[in-house]
Amino acid sequence: MIEVRDLRREFTLTTKVGRFKRKKHTVRAVDSVSFDIAAGEAVGYVGPNGAGKSTTIKMLTGILVPTSGHVRVSGVDPSRARRDLARRIGVVFGQRSQLWWDLPLRDSFDLLRAIYRVPRPDYETRLRECVDLLELGPFLDTPVRQLSLGQRMRGEVTAALLHGPELLVLDEPTIGLDLESKERLREFLAELNTQRGTTLLLTTHDLDDIERLCPRLVVIDRGTVLADGPLDELRAEVAPERVLVVDLEKPTEGLDDLPGVTTTRTELNGLRHHLTFRRADTTAAALISAVAARAEVHDLVVVEPEIDDVVRRLYARR
Amino acid sequence: MAERVYAKLVGARLRGQMSYRTSFVLQCVAQAVAQLTELVIILVLFSRISALGGFSVHEVVLMYAIAGTAFGIADMVAGQLDELPTYIRTGTFDVLLLRPLGTLAQMMASDLHLRKIGRVVGGVAALAYALSHNDIAWSPFTALLVVVAPISGAVIFAAIWVVANAVCFWVVDGQELANTVTYGSNAFTSYPTTVYGPWLRRFFAFVIPGAFVAYYPSLALLDRPDPLGGPALLGWISPLVAAAAAVVAGLVWRTAVRHYRGTGS
Amino acid sequence: MRAYARLALAGFRRYSTYRQAMVAGMATNVVFGLLRMAVLAVAVAPGPIVGYDIATVATYVWLGQGLMSVVVLYADKHLAERIRNGDVVVDLYRPWHLQRALFADDLGRTGYAVLVRLVPPVAFGALFFPFRWPDVSAVPLFVVSTLLAVTVSFGMRFMVNAITFWLLDNRGVHSLYTVTTWLLCGLSVPLTFFPDWAKPILWSTPFPAMLQAPIDVFLEHGSPWPILANQAFWAVTVFVAGHVLLGRAVHKVVVQGG
Repeated sequence: MIEVRDLRREFTLTTKVGRFKRKKHTVRAVDSVSFDIAAGEAVGYVGPNGAGKSTTIKMLTGILVPTSGHVRVSGVDPSRARRDLARRIGVVFGQRSQLWWDLPLRDSFDLLRAIYRVPRPDYETRLRECVDLLELGPFLDTPVRQLSLGQRMRGEVTAALLHGPELLVLDEPTIGLDLESKERLREFLAELNTQRGTTLLLTTHDLDDIERLCPRLVVIDRGTVLADGPLDELRAEVAPERVLVVDLEKPTEGLDDLPGVTTTRTELNGLRHHLTFRRADTTAAALISAVAARAEVHDLVVVEPEIDDVVRRLYARR
Repeated sequence: MAERVYAKLVGARLRGQMSYRTSFVLQCVAQAVAQLTELVIILVLFSRISALGGFSVHEVVLMYAIAGTAFGIADMVAGQLDELPTYIRTGTFDVLLLRPLGTLAQMMASDLHLRKIGRVVGGVAALAYALSHNDIAWSPFTALLVVVAPISGAVIFAAIWVVANAVCFWVVDGQELANTVTYGSNAFTSYPTTVYGPWLRRFFAFVIPGAFVAYYPSLALLDRPDPLGGPALLGWISPLVAAAAAVVAGLVWRTAVRHYRGTGS
Repeated sequence: MRAYARLALAGFRRYSTYRQAMVAGMATNVVFGLLRMAVLAVAVAPGPIVGYDIATVATYVWLGQGLMSVVVLYADKHLAERIRNGDVVVDLYRPWHLQRALFADDLGRTGYAVLVRLVPPVAFGALFFPFRWPDVSAVPLFVVSTLLAVTVSFGMRFMVNAITFWLLDNRGVHSLYTVTTWLLCGLSVPLTFFPDWAKPILWSTPFPAMLQAPIDVFLEHGSPWPILANQAFWAVTVFVAGHVLLGRAVHKVVVQGG
């Protein structure tokens, strides 16, 4: 679906030196980025501010022309076939609207139908689905300017899907949304990806989005790809520790000599134990049976490292 | 097919603007008043003089009326190009690039300044007045010219608008300079080209083909020779000039958008 | 009083940061001055019109070009925007009188505009065209007249903006105000060119006090005292009217919650 090879994008900046002199210098916003995304995947594209996320997205969607490198999206070169590509993909920018702010949502959709030349039956089926799943009904006839941010975002996503794109690109879709709206949107996107097979590519600062939606993560920093792979693998690689939390029936001392355990912490007078262990050394199952052999277990849970932590460690590693 | 899309965009704009009805009506009125204000100024001036640059009050009103109508139409269609810096700054321009339509056509259609209809109406009223008070050499050709001249003029103005504002893709604060050219050419074309000195004339009449908006067509309508010595033919070629200006504007816009996509914001 | 002086200083500084815009503004100003100059120069070429010869016309045009940005002849939208988005509530509950605070800010803007908007076109006009400098004794009067013009303009703009409290989308009112001002303040054509019957009507509106008045004082057309009296009358009138309007608006915001 997406094919990126050695993608590079430079910007020329002019800075004032003294009163009249200006100095030009080149900044590489994106430098030798390569990745592939297969049809039906859901990929999170993450990185700190200024890492080159938006620049990459703009090159993938045909807004910007790459300085060099190779891009194919949906089989076309975005910079040459902008309009052709526009019909095949949907784009949602969290911070800019593609709706007409003084028109009712319904009118905006109708305009987009005309712009994308969507056959009426297809349009109506898609719209009905979105209206049902995103619960747009109550505000379909409200001018966009009167919508809450959460309502507007649901409208934006619908607007991007009306022409039935095979790829949906979302740039910070959940930014500024309240928890409930976020959850509703994620649920919808997850379903879109798994049920309808729409490929998703999203940039986000909210790693819960990734946790919920994207089995695969591409991490970018200072214009280059730091890591690319399934979330679980990245976790195993940079944050190999997991924690087994056990609640015991009776207070017990000294679980730190169990095989594979690196550190322990005891709470509730020895009733609760946090046992940190590495994947490479032991498995959760082995550890649990080892604990059970020592004491009667009341309850237990295995805690994976927080995704924030994974990403932070990736940045720290370079 | 594509035309239907643009018609729809225009229709949507109409609905959007009508949602503030009182304000919309007032703005239309203000535009009509603005148009007629310029007429009042000409009349006040002529209450003290009998000729300006060799032309009588009714002849000057004719030029002003053609120019004013043309500018009104152009402002309606292309006036929102003044918002280009805002479009670029807020990323709205990127949204236009995400759609399967041309950016210039989208900008023109999706934010049509309907309130400027007041200006057009005012201009047409002045034109009717001027035509009935001048000794027009009526013939099928001059009748056609009366209709064609404001439209050609509008195309010329719109082309000027496009070229002047395309500068904003390169110069962030180019807006005010663009205004000098767009609104300046409106001021220029409302009076006979003969009143201006050589430098202003060279720039506004020929570099920017402002003289072809109202001055030359008016000479043809009045069947008067050009005091500046131009051939009579000049009064009839405004549509050609307009077509050429439109082509230039299209090319400049394309280059500008290419620059934007190549250099980004 | 000290607080208002600080506000005026802040106003000066705020406007002085837009340097590129200033250069572009100057170029625009000069081009429009040249276009206006051309028409009026041709008009008076056969002989002076009601006392306006070529030098008077040049002075009128270039002084007008300079004063128009000092006095501000269109309705600025700053306050209207704050009313529209509700931020004005913050302004209203600050320990100041909103109208006076905004006036202080506007005076700061004026100071800046005199330097970069008034001086360049006047200098340009004086350099390239015959120019009529006034007698030294008229200069202080001109300064007073300009300040009064700014006051009247501020008072009018304040009222036009305050209408937003009642009419949320006030773009129509704004455009009408701007159009009327441009015609009646004497920017496009000297008011004395109007037919004699129209002149008393014109001067019974606040508009000539904004531009034609300081220009007439500068050109020493007639005695300056009636002109200054007219301006002072309008300055007080529009200020009081604005004050009353604001009181009503505050009442509306407080009682009806916006």
